[in-house]
Amino acid sequence: MSDGLDAEHVTSESPASTGVARLTGLPGRLGSREFVARLVSYWTVAALGLVLLVFAFTAGSFYTRDNWIATSVYATGILPLALAQSFAIISGGIDLSVSGTLGFASITGALVMHGMIGRGSSSATAITASVGVALAVGLAVGVVNGLIITKLKLTPFIVTLGMLGVMHGATNLINNGQEVSDIPLSFTHFGNRLLGGWISTLVAVCLVLTVVSGVILARTRFGLRTYALGSNREGARRAGINVDWHLIRIYAISGLLSAFAGLMLVSRFGVAQTNAGTGTELDSIAAVVIGGASLFGGTGTIFGTFVGVCLLSVLVTGLILANVQPFWQMVATGLVIIGAVYIDQLRDRLRFSAHGE
Amino acid sequence: MTHGAQTTEREPVLAVHRVHKEYGAIRALEDVHLSLNAGEVLGLVGDNGAGKSTLAGILSGAISPSEGELFVEGTRRVFRSPHDARDLGIEVVFQDLALAPDLTVAENIFLGREISTQGGRWLGWLNRRAMERRSKEELQLLSIRIQSVKTPCRALSGGQRQAIAIARAVLWSSKVLILDEPTAALGVEQQAQVARLITDVASRGVGIILISHNMPQVLELCDRVVVLYRGRIATTLYRGDYDIEQVVKWITGAALAEHS
Repeated sequence: MSDGLDAEHVTSESPASTGVARLTGLPGRLGSREFVARLVSYWTVAALGLVLLVFAFTAGSFYTRDNWIATSVYATGILPLALAQSFAIISGGIDLSVSGTLGFASITGALVMHGMIGRGSSSATAITASVGVALAVGLAVGVVNGLIITKLKLTPFIVTLGMLGVMHGATNLINNGQEVSDIPLSFTHFGNRLLGGWISTLVAVCLVLTVVSGVILARTRFGLRTYALGSNREGARRAGINVDWHLIRIYAISGLLSAFAGLMLVSRFGVAQTNAGTGTELDSIAAVVIGGASLFGGTGTIFGTFVGVCLLSVLVTGLILANVQPFWQMVATGLVIIGAVYIDQLRDRLRFSAHGE
Repeated sequence: MTHGAQTTEREPVLAVHRVHKEYGAIRALEDVHLSLNAGEVLGLVGDNGAGKSTLAGILSGAISPSEGELFVEGTRRVFRSPHDARDLGIEVVFQDLALAPDLTVAENIFLGREISTQGGRWLGWLNRRAMERRSKEELQLLSIRIQSVKTPCRALSGGQRQAIAIARAVLWSSKVLILDEPTAALGVEQQAQVARLITDVASRGVGIILISHNMPQVLELCDRVVVLYRGRIATTLYRGDYDIEQVVKWITGAALAEHS
C-alpha cells in the first residue's frame, strides 16, 4: 500500500490500453524493467522474422507466390484448432480431442453430402445440410466434453484424450474405415479459390475467425471470464460466475471450430479422409504455447497464437524448400515448443522481478 | 449474557435465530442467536472448530443451516446460494482473497458484475473505461493507493491485494461485510491500513463481522465480540468491558468452567 507508488500514475495510461495489450500482446505502457519483460514476450515475432530471414538464404524458392500460398493454406489446417485451443488453455484446461472431432465431423458431413446428392438433392442443398450436420456434430462433441469435465469433475486432459480416441474410432466406424470422396465441385471450388490471385478463401475465412476470436477474448465479458477461470477458478466461482456453464461453452466453441477446420480440409482436398488432421492437436497446443500462453491458464493472447501458427507453418514449408528431410521438421517443431516454454518461464521470472516479488 | 436484551431503534441489518447446523452426527452450531446492527463492527472469535466459519458460511449463503431462521433488515430470508446473499448487499472477503492474479485491479473489482457498453450488452462488450474509472474512484474513496487500476494483481504486494479484495467487497456490500481473517497474512503497517478501512466502512453504515485470531485488533476495532465455543455462543463481550485475557479465557472454555 505504501510501496512508494505514486497515485499520479493512475492517469498516465491511454484508455482501453489493457484491452489493446491483451489483443495484441503489445505493451500498453512502458515502465523500464517491465518493458524489458514485455520485450522478451515479443520473441516469437522476432523468431518468426529470423526464420523468414534464414529461409531467404537457404530455401531457394521461399519468397515466391506459390510458397506464400502453400504456407498460408497450410496454416489454415492448424489455425482454427489453435484458436479453439487458446480458449481451452487460457481457461486452465486443454482440448486434446480437436483433431478427432475434426475427423469425425468432416466424414459425417461428407457422408451427408454424398448421400443427399445420391438421392437427387441439389448440391447447394446437400452442402448446406452437410455443413449444418458437421457443425452440429462438432458442437455436440464439445458439449459432451464440457459436461463430462464439469459434471463428472474429471480433468480436461483425460476427458479430451479419451474423446480423441472415441472420435478416431467413430471416424473409422461410421464408414468402415473408408474415406469419402465425390465431394461436389462447388464445395471444393470454395477451398481452392484465390482472392486476387494471392489470398486463398480459406486464409480469408481463417483471418476473420482469428479477429473474431481475438475480439471475444480481449473485449468481451466472456473473454474476461475465460482469463478469470484460468487464473483463479474458485475466485471466479465466488465472484458469481457460473463456472460450469462457462467451461461447457468453451469446449462447445472448441468442438465447433474443430468441425469447421474439418470442413475446410474437405473443401481443400475434395475428400474426407479418416486420418484427416491426425496429430494437429499437438500443433495447435504448440502454437498456443509458443504464443505465450501458460498451460496453467490465465495468460495468452490470440495474437500470440496467430504468430505461433505462422512460425510452425513457415518452419514446415521452409524446411521442405531447403531440402531438409521431412523428419527434421518434427524435430524442429519439438525444439521450438521446448524453447517456447523455457522462454516463457524466463519472461515470467523477469516479470516478477520487475515488480520486486 | 447480561447485556443480551439491548434495544435499538432500527432493525438489525442481519440476524439469525436458533440456528443449528449438523454435519452427520457432528454438531457444528447449536442454538445460535446473533444480530448485527448497521455501522457496527462485530467480532466473531473462537478456537479452530468452534464454528466461526460455519456461522460465516450461513450468514453469507454458502452453507444452509439445518435449523433456524435468518433475517435481513427484519425480513425473513432463505439463502440458497451466495448469490442470494450478495443480491441483498452481503459481501464476504475470504481468507484466501479469491482475486485472479492475471486480471487487472479493475477487472478483479468488477469480475462477475462487468459493465458493458450500452450498445454491446447482449455481446457482453466490456466497457473497460467505465470499470477503470469507477475502480479508481472507489480506491480513492477508501484511500487505497495503487499505481494503476490496470496493474495485474499478481504484481501487487500482499497488502495491496488484501486492500483490493476488501475494496471489491465494500463496493458491492451495501449492508453487511464479512471479513474472514483479513489481516492474517499482512505486515504491521498493512494491518493498520486494513483496520482504518474497516472503521471507515463501518462509519458509512455497513455492518461488519470480523473473524480474527488477532486479539489486539479485535479489541481495537470491535464494538462487540461474540465468542463461540464448541458450536455455541459462550458469551458476548462489549467494548471496554473486557481485556485480551478474558477473551482468551472464553475462547479456551476456561471462563465457562469458572462460571458454572
